[in-house]
Amino acid sequence: MKYLSICLALLCAVTLTSGAQAQQGPLRITIEEGIIQPLPFAVPDFQAETGEAGQLASDLARVIAADLQGTGVFREIPASAFIAQYSDFNAGVQFSDWKAINAQALVTGAVSVTGNNVNVKFRVFDVVSGTNLGEGLQFSGTTDGWRRMAHKVADEVYSRITGEGGYFDSRVVYVSETGPKDDRKKRLAIMDYDGANVSFLTDSSALVLAPRFSPTGDRVLYTSYETGFPRIYVLDVGSVQRRVLQSGDGTMSFAPRFSPSGRTVVFSISQGGNTDIYTMDIATGQSVRLTNTPAIETAPSFSPDGTQIVFESDRSGSPQLYIMSAGGGEARRISFGDGRYGTPVWSPRGDLVAFTKQNAGRFHIGVMRTDGSEERLLTASFLDEGPTWSPNGRVIMFTRETQGEGGASSLYSVDITGRVLRQVSTPEGGSDPSWSPLQQ
Amino acid sequence: MKFLPMTLLVAAVALSACTNPNRFGNDDALAGAGNPVGGTALGSVVPGSANDPASPAYFNQTLGDRVLFEVDQSGLTAVGRATLDGQAGWLLTNADYQAVIEGHADEQGTREYNLALGARRANSAREYLLSKGVPAERLRVVSYGKERPIEICSNEACYAKNRRAVTVLAGGQSS
Repeated sequence: MKYLSICLALLCAVTLTSGAQAQQGPLRITIEEGIIQPLPFAVPDFQAETGEAGQLASDLARVIAADLQGTGVFREIPASAFIAQYSDFNAGVQFSDWKAINAQALVTGAVSVTGNNVNVKFRVFDVVSGTNLGEGLQFSGTTDGWRRMAHKVADEVYSRITGEGGYFDSRVVYVSETGPKDDRKKRLAIMDYDGANVSFLTDSSALVLAPRFSPTGDRVLYTSYETGFPRIYVLDVGSVQRRVLQSGDGTMSFAPRFSPSGRTVVFSISQGGNTDIYTMDIATGQSVRLTNTPAIETAPSFSPDGTQIVFESDRSGSPQLYIMSAGGGEARRISFGDGRYGTPVWSPRGDLVAFTKQNAGRFHIGVMRTDGSEERLLTASFLDEGPTWSPNGRVIMFTRETQGEGGASSLYSVDITGRVLRQVSTPEGGSDPSWSPLQQ
Repeated sequence: MKFLPMTLLVAAVALSACTNPNRFGNDDALAGAGNPVGGTALGSVVPGSANDPASPAYFNQTLGDRVLFEVDQSGLTAVGRATLDGQAGWLLTNADYQAVIEGHADEQGTREYNLALGARRANSAREYLLSKGVPAERLRVVSYGKERPIEICSNEACYAKNRRAVTVLAGGQSS
């Protein structure tokens, strides 16, 4: 794994001449449920400031545009519609040319390459008012990290226009799958959130399931059958070294997740046919049993403040969602709709729980408030499961498996309005995604 | 079954040469004329084959290595208990074998829940074998949830076969 250092610097303020200043508030789109008219934007190819930067100048603009377009909040205006020829980062912008094609936001940039180093500068404009949207910024990094630089630009643009944190400079760890259903090979893989830069973290000699990122993205918890029995492992993403988290002999452990501190794991142990929830201190190996019923208790997930755990239990007779204190004890049921609920995951904002719901022969990804109110189903298919939140709590990635003999798994994402559903491209089949925090 | 006399004759000859007599040995095989064990062989008994009662193949194919479950259930059916009776008898006779009981679920359900459900199913089979006297230290359980289907269609015909607990033998003289 290579680490990339990206320096961020404010560009010198450049006063740009513009036409009449429209007297209105700054460009802002508020992400609300179901009301969005995607905001039209343009990202012309960046200016290549050095000869070697020509390809990057175009590639950067394409990745930025794809990030923004993929949110469903923005709509890209293709270059074929452009009137203005953008070629000089420091020249004034002819806003009338961009207004004429109905662009509301404009992103311009320049890139230079010196040896292995890349320097990227960009500005965001509110076309309607003819003003800069925030300061110009520049990033520097290495050529092999150019996509991260594009994602960082897109995160800035997204933040400036929506007022929310971005999610593009992030990664996803997941299970890469090949082979038919009755001979499926699985191995851990890691990639950028958009499916680029895939690499593999394990081989497929042992069944692996459900990797989960640590709160800082440096480690991954997962379940492996390498001993013949499901056990939880923790893997360092940088070194790809792994170690087993001990659990008693004769037991099976699975469904791990980190606490927000990254020091504790919450997970399930099956023993004597009964599955309960435990926490374990990663450093000391000391564990605490949180549930103690004859029911199945699994799929635990911490609240972002670390004080509560949402989990699934069939203590009522069918799998439902419950919340208990992080120390265990009484749990309150939060799911009451028809069907069976599983795999609850607390959103990074703390306001919602994403879940899998099985009802009337279909599977759904849904969200509800943490008191169980305002349940909304975002997807429906033969088999959708295992939601994971984007770092800003606006998008959910999950597993979709198709039906029948040729059934295969792939990764999908859906925004929390349920309007923007798309498949995430992976080189093989994919399942059990876990979304990292924004990279530092 | 239609050729009982010949089967029994051949079986008796073959079994008399067996160095590892067991409860399915000569006497039982002959006494079982009214209820031939498994009713399988039509020819000679090949050691290690499904009609050699001392063989894992006999355990797997003739007695049956698996029990099936109803949707979302981990309770044993009458058929399942009968199969496990046969398994228990075999394990008691063939004391040098251990077993891992693998619990499985069909694909209708989340990965985590199905792992837990598979564990329940494997444990049901284990508890039954324990109740028949098989020593606990010889029986381990593992759940694969929905990860290891043997049938791949997405309807009940396949699901019924995937909801299973399979007793997988380990050890024995040959290992």
